[in-house]
Amino acid sequence: MPLKLERQENVPLAGLVAAPFVALAVTLVVGTVMFAVMGRDPVEAFRIYFVDPLSDAYTLQELVVKAGPLLLIGIGLAFCYRANRWNIGAEGQYVAGALAGSWLALATHGTEAGPWVLPAMLVLGALGGAAYGLIPALLRVRFGASEILTSLMLVYVAQLGLDYLVRGPWRDPAGFNFPQSVSFDAVATMPLLLGEGRLHAGIVIGLIAVAAATFVLGRTLVGFSIELGGSAPRAAAFAGFHEKRVTYGVFAVSGALAGLAGIIEVAGPIGNLQPSISPGYGFTAIIAAMLGRLHPVGILVASLVLALTYIGGEAAQISLRMPFDVTRVFQGTLLFAILAADVLVRYRIRRVEGTRHA
Amino acid sequence: MTDVSAPAASSSPGDSPPAVLEAIGLTKRFGALLANDHVSLAIRAGETHALLGENGAGKSTLVKMMCGLIQADSGELRFDGTPVTFPDPAASRARGVGVVFQHFALFDALTVVENVALGLPAHESLPALAARIEACVHRYGLAVEPYRRVGQLSVGERQRVEIVRCLLGDPRVLILDEPTSVLTPDESENLFRTVDLLTAEGRAVLFISHKLDEVRRLCQRATVLRGGKFIAEVDPRRESAASLARLMVGAEVPRTPRTVTHELGEPRLLVRNLTLKGDGSRGSALHDIELEIRAGEIVGIAGVAGNGQTALFEALSGERLGGDPEAIVINRVPAGALGPTERRALKAGFVPEERLGHAAAPDMRLSDNVLLTTHGDGRIVRHGIVSQSALHARFAEIVKRFDVRFGGRDPKARRLSGGNLQKFVIGREVLREPVLLVVDQPTWGVDAAAAAFIRTTLRSRAAEGCAVLVISQDLDELLEFTDRIAVMSEGRLTRPVPVEETSREAIGLAMGGALAPAPEDADAA
Repeated sequence: MPLKLERQENVPLAGLVAAPFVALAVTLVVGTVMFAVMGRDPVEAFRIYFVDPLSDAYTLQELVVKAGPLLLIGIGLAFCYRANRWNIGAEGQYVAGALAGSWLALATHGTEAGPWVLPAMLVLGALGGAAYGLIPALLRVRFGASEILTSLMLVYVAQLGLDYLVRGPWRDPAGFNFPQSVSFDAVATMPLLLGEGRLHAGIVIGLIAVAAATFVLGRTLVGFSIELGGSAPRAAAFAGFHEKRVTYGVFAVSGALAGLAGIIEVAGPIGNLQPSISPGYGFTAIIAAMLGRLHPVGILVASLVLALTYIGGEAAQISLRMPFDVTRVFQGTLLFAILAADVLVRYRIRRVEGTRHA
Repeated sequence: MTDVSAPAASSSPGDSPPAVLEAIGLTKRFGALLANDHVSLAIRAGETHALLGENGAGKSTLVKMMCGLIQADSGELRFDGTPVTFPDPAASRARGVGVVFQHFALFDALTVVENVALGLPAHESLPALAARIEACVHRYGLAVEPYRRVGQLSVGERQRVEIVRCLLGDPRVLILDEPTSVLTPDESENLFRTVDLLTAEGRAVLFISHKLDEVRRLCQRATVLRGGKFIAEVDPRRESAASLARLMVGAEVPRTPRTVTHELGEPRLLVRNLTLKGDGSRGSALHDIELEIRAGEIVGIAGVAGNGQTALFEALSGERLGGDPEAIVINRVPAGALGPTERRALKAGFVPEERLGHAAAPDMRLSDNVLLTTHGDGRIVRHGIVSQSALHARFAEIVKRFDVRFGGRDPKARRLSGGNLQKFVIGREVLREPVLLVVDQPTWGVDAAAAAFIRTTLRSRAAEGCAVLVISQDLDELLEFTDRIAVMSEGRLTRPVPVEETSREAIGLAMGGALAPAPEDADAA
């Protein structure tokens, strides 16, 4: 019995709003089955995974710390995805930003440099990420190369670059041969917001980004041109918007925000350069962007939800001795469910009448 | 003339030849839309039967049910008087029903004979098949060469390939879905001769069209549909075009006044030596286009689709840029190197042929679609920020003044009917108060009432001093409401001549490639 997907003429708004919640529910059901199969008590596992982290002041702070990079990267990705440009390489732009900003931190290390260092690092981080993001944009505009492939492959280039630097030129000479840089000076470190814990000023930058992106995407001609370019390219050309400029623009914004997230993370919770500076934020942020309906406020909420899977995953690793991959499975299931829910809202499945051919 | 109250007689008395394929009370519902409501129709041996109706009247639905593409909810089909069901098109083909659709199903990379072979069940050697094609071509006067690649054929030739393909199956009923919409007048005349030969052999032909003159020339009977309902079965030869139009529309169709009561002003659009290379994928090249349009006049460009009209439109709108800034002068400013936004700033307005995806973004709200062409005017967008109040005020004004009808407060553009979306698109430009308006296919796929409204709107804009360029494949429309007509053929444009000084025949010749639609006369403009 062949099935056919038919575009719904009239997509209900309620369906689009409900889709993320349905996807979350589906993910939880899949999670229950997974816990049961692994021989764990699902109720107990859920408590450790999703409830306990919300009932503790320290983990609540941690939640915000983890949501911060997802938020910044996710907002940048929303620019790309609204324009129908599929930047999958935010992880690489994150690393590129971290490297660009860290260069200044290392160059001024041990000098009497003043408080200008951190702001300059953030600017460099954003510029580095933007420059790295512009590579797939350039390849697409000039050669028609798929930005999905090029941006993804550039992730590995960036990661290997980071690996080389922290094992080679930027390694801390007094670090007992550990592959990491020196710890950043105080002037090169994100200020903490509360007396104790790890909550730092990064989330403030994230919230500013939410406000700015909401305004730009919803109220300005730039936002309109991005939306129009993604929705109907020929109509956008007719309206007089330049497809190439939009492509460069969204990749630059996306790369800049990912780079900013990278340098904030390195100058914040991590404190120096290491071979691994991200638990896959650049990829998880794709889920945050989709789950948040490409709307900055939605992405804020989605980032918190996804941060919870990180924190819960860490807790489950410790108390249930479950592998960290469980977190990945959760995130993957969530992305799968949200994409499936979207398809089911926008399309309807129809049985095709038996077609005997001539 | 039979009236609504009397449905088509299924077995008619006396002189009527027997019905070959007959639909009785066919009903089809798509969701809330009743596409066909108890429609009856009898196609008789040796007759050409017209199926008349506006877009959306239910013609396509009826045809699809009669050839088994879709199934009726109720009602029955009879073939030679006995009830039949066609579960799929193959079943109807087996009984001898051939259909030539508007959109051809041919592979460009294959030759004619290979394409025909693909549609045939039996395995036959290509030379044998080619011989059969030659015979068929000879017999019915269809100029088709079996070994040419379909990709090299003109639209008219492709249509003939489809007809040949049908005829090889020796059908007793041939259904032609809007066959002349892609043909020049000359090609249409050849098609009519073929149809006459077919009916002389006793075959039955169903001819779907909304061109009334053709129907009166060709058909012995006509069934008129309106809003999915059977309206009448008439003898078109005894009707006038106006009485047929009344049946189709259900009301008197107003004619657009074409009296030029105003003086022509300065040139608003000057095109000099405009040449563009074809870009392969779409759009043919433009060769040495010369055109002048002055304030207050409407100039029409006739031509069969695919002869460079799209390239010309995009060259004028600034979507495709040629090298020479002087090639296009809008309102005395060289505009050949300017993009669409800069050209709009010179008070030019453009309405593309394709409404969904070009003139409007299908999945964006209608109010957002206002921004497409108004963002550079300095009223709705200031300093890069969209004023929602100004946007919605303009949106409301377009909707009100141009009678745009839709469900809901602000639906996506996709959800509007063709006529209403076209009124919106035209209204969006007119309210910008342009001094030059370029409109590609203003009334394509639009119902008669909306089409009349659009033509009147353009006419009154011209009266207010706007220069209007209309590109259309509908020659009747151009003859009705433009002042001068030029013809586009293979990327070349003839010199526009006043409508009074030309004729359908002359324009038809030019559409087929013969230059100059009228004898050279003294300075016309």
